[in-house]
Amino acid sequence: MAKIIAGVTTSHVPAIAAAIDLKKQEMPYWQPIFKGYEFSKKWMAEQKPDVIILIYNDHASAFDATIFPTFAIGCADEFLPADEGWGRRPVPKLKGHSDMACHIAQKLILDEFDMTVVNRMDVDHGLTVPMNLLFGDLGPDEEWPCRVIPFPINVVQYPPPTGKRCYDMGKALRRAVESYPEDLKVIVFGTGGMSHQLQGTRAGLINKEWDTRFLDGLTKDPVGLTKIPHSEYVRETGSEGIEMVMWLAMRGALNDDVKEVYRFYHVPCSNTALGHIILENK
Amino acid sequence: MADKKLGNYLDEFEDIPGTLIFNTVRSRQGFNLNQFCMSLMKEENRKAFKANEAEYLKQWNLTDAQFKAVINRDWTGMMQEGGNIYFLAKLFSTDGHSFQHVAAIMTGSTQEEYAKMMLDGGRNPKGNRSKSNPSL
Repeated sequence: MAKIIAGVTTSHVPAIAAAIDLKKQEMPYWQPIFKGYEFSKKWMAEQKPDVIILIYNDHASAFDATIFPTFAIGCADEFLPADEGWGRRPVPKLKGHSDMACHIAQKLILDEFDMTVVNRMDVDHGLTVPMNLLFGDLGPDEEWPCRVIPFPINVVQYPPPTGKRCYDMGKALRRAVESYPEDLKVIVFGTGGMSHQLQGTRAGLINKEWDTRFLDGLTKDPVGLTKIPHSEYVRETGSEGIEMVMWLAMRGALNDDVKEVYRFYHVPCSNTALGHIILENK
Repeated sequence: MADKKLGNYLDEFEDIPGTLIFNTVRSRQGFNLNQFCMSLMKEENRKAFKANEAEYLKQWNLTDAQFKAVINRDWTGMMQEGGNIYFLAKLFSTDGHSFQHVAAIMTGSTQEEYAKMMLDGGRNPKGNRSKSNPSL
């Protein structure tokens, strides 16, 4: 039986991709950001997961304006890094887990979460930046050390799913994983966030107090966080702070009681308050 | 909006200052503009666009306002015409600019001022929460 052993959240700021690709990690601006993931990389190397289910949002890369799937799952055998306007990122292509992804898609739909099944798509910085932060700076000719199932959630076109819907979907995701017969170790990522607004005269909004309460709640009171309306995310943390609903999808897939192994919060990372937390199932 | 609940949902965002929410209506409005931006994910299209912007834009059936906003790189104008920041990112990436560069322009500050504000902890939410209650 497959088992979810832990959950990871992290921001997926595209400027991190640029910093890695242009080898700026040791510059004074970037050094504290990458240092914040040193523990995490060691932790990940010890976990040796077989599969990462990586919840993120597509930023108009795989899905253009013709379609905005609310919950989608990548069932292909491999996924290439997207060309987001400056060429494909020099990172390894992802190896999917087609059999497990198909199993999860079917179980979720029968569990009344109506997934969009994606048989071909490129993956953008929303997915590749978290992979870099937790597994290091691998080049295009190398391989990520585990399989990855991309799990895009729409947070680009409003309304995105509610935080509660994401949390409940996480619970169903766990049931789907645990009904997969092969003994596989699975880690679920919920990415994006925290405070950031990329548009309009209010761009640059950062709300450290709110973010800190959200991080506290993620560990101890996720059900409380599911009651936050979309308007509060936007008002308090900026128009792109809404991405934090994806963290609740990850949290739903874990036990009610979890151990917070690590937390990192840093302002600024480009326009964003960078947040990162590691939760282990007790 | 006929649906009262949906009306309230959208109204709550309208009270937030300096923020355009990309909802399904704006998605319809900006469809051609956003699809033009998507086309810039291919190198051959980036080359064609850079070679002759006005000529390249002809095939995308933009409104006059959208066309002018693109040519003038009026980012706020593009958003008001239904553009979404993640689609517009393909255009500013083609220009060699970052999210922070464009965010600074939209706030009316220089990139240096904006970068300093971020280094100092970002824009304070106080006074930036509500049009109807600026003291919040």
